[in-house]
Amino acid sequence: MRLRYPANVKIVRVPCTGKVDILHILKAFEKGADGVYIVGCREGECHYQGGNLRARKRVTQSQKILDTIGIGGKRVQMFNLSSSEAPRFARIAGEMVDQIIELGPNPVKKSRTGREHPTACLSTEGAVS
Amino acid sequence: MIVADKKPIEEIIAEMKDKQRIFIVGCNECVTVCEAGGKKEVGILASALRIYFLKEGKESTVEEMTLQRQCDHEYLEEIRNVMDNYDAVISLACGVGVQFMAEKYPSTPIYPGVNTCFMGVTEKRGLWTERCQGCGQCILARTGGICPISRCAKRLLNGPCGGSTKGHCEIRKELPCGWQLIIDRLKALGRLDEYEIIYPIKNWSFERSGGPRQVLREDVQE
Repeated sequence: MRLRYPANVKIVRVPCTGKVDILHILKAFEKGADGVYIVGCREGECHYQGGNLRARKRVTQSQKILDTIGIGGKRVQMFNLSSSEAPRFARIAGEMVDQIIELGPNPVKKSRTGREHPTACLSTEGAVS
Repeated sequence: MIVADKKPIEEIIAEMKDKQRIFIVGCNECVTVCEAGGKKEVGILASALRIYFLKEGKESTVEEMTLQRQCDHEYLEEIRNVMDNYDAVISLACGVGVQFMAEKYPSTPIYPGVNTCFMGVTEKRGLWTERCQGCGQCILARTGGICPISRCAKRLLNGPCGGSTKGHCEIRKELPCGWQLIIDRLKALGRLDEYEIIYPIKNWSFERSGGPRQVLREDVQE
């Protein structure tokens, strides 16, 4: 399909979104990511029973922590889609990047100089082509 | 085990906002099982504090370590060489660990990172419930293995009270009546006749009423 999605999305592959921990999400922000979104299988279609449901709870918890420490919980989102939904994957990437641009850079970077960090994406989906 | 709950991060930030060198120390025992103060929770709190300080533009060091236990000398000794490097230590152990660390390291401020709640069980993941109040004189042998001190909201020794309705407590409607549980259990054991025995007044001096308690075992002392 040769679909395009923003180049500033860095994909981190995990075997299942159930592997994604709050700590992974926080570390991304600590290292300067502007936003993180988790792309898991559709609810009820997890290959490991309920990994995507666990991920969603962890995303909610991460949002609370980020709100508390003044980074903003909206910088973390979770999406559920199947590996055959490439156009939706590309659209979500674009929407997420737009939303993060609206929120502005990660406040952590204010106190740092140096390279910009991209929006991070943790995904169980295959390569989108 | 001792069950604890996480302290709100804002409460910890309020204590730490003016500190520069912070050491977060977890405990591998009870608080790890109840997911309040183990290695993972130490990592999350440390990361959250680092992000907070970076956002505020404050210079700070947040380091982390998890000890096997914080209620024993030998494990707390493991951090003796590094304690002077920090101007605040957050202990994610129960109140026992926090206090024991403070006793051993009197010149370093120790802050609690969890709220210690009770002695209880893991009913299922994410749900811990109270089972023991450490009254010092166990009467479980006579109550079918169900403790009226911890399971009855009024700690009655001869229950249930008049507020027990359809097996539930009047203090909190969703709470099972401790004495109803005892009666059901004694019935199942065929020991309901024991329910007729009136308990004498309990000697509460073995509980907190006698002040801080101690267990002295000369036979195992060195």
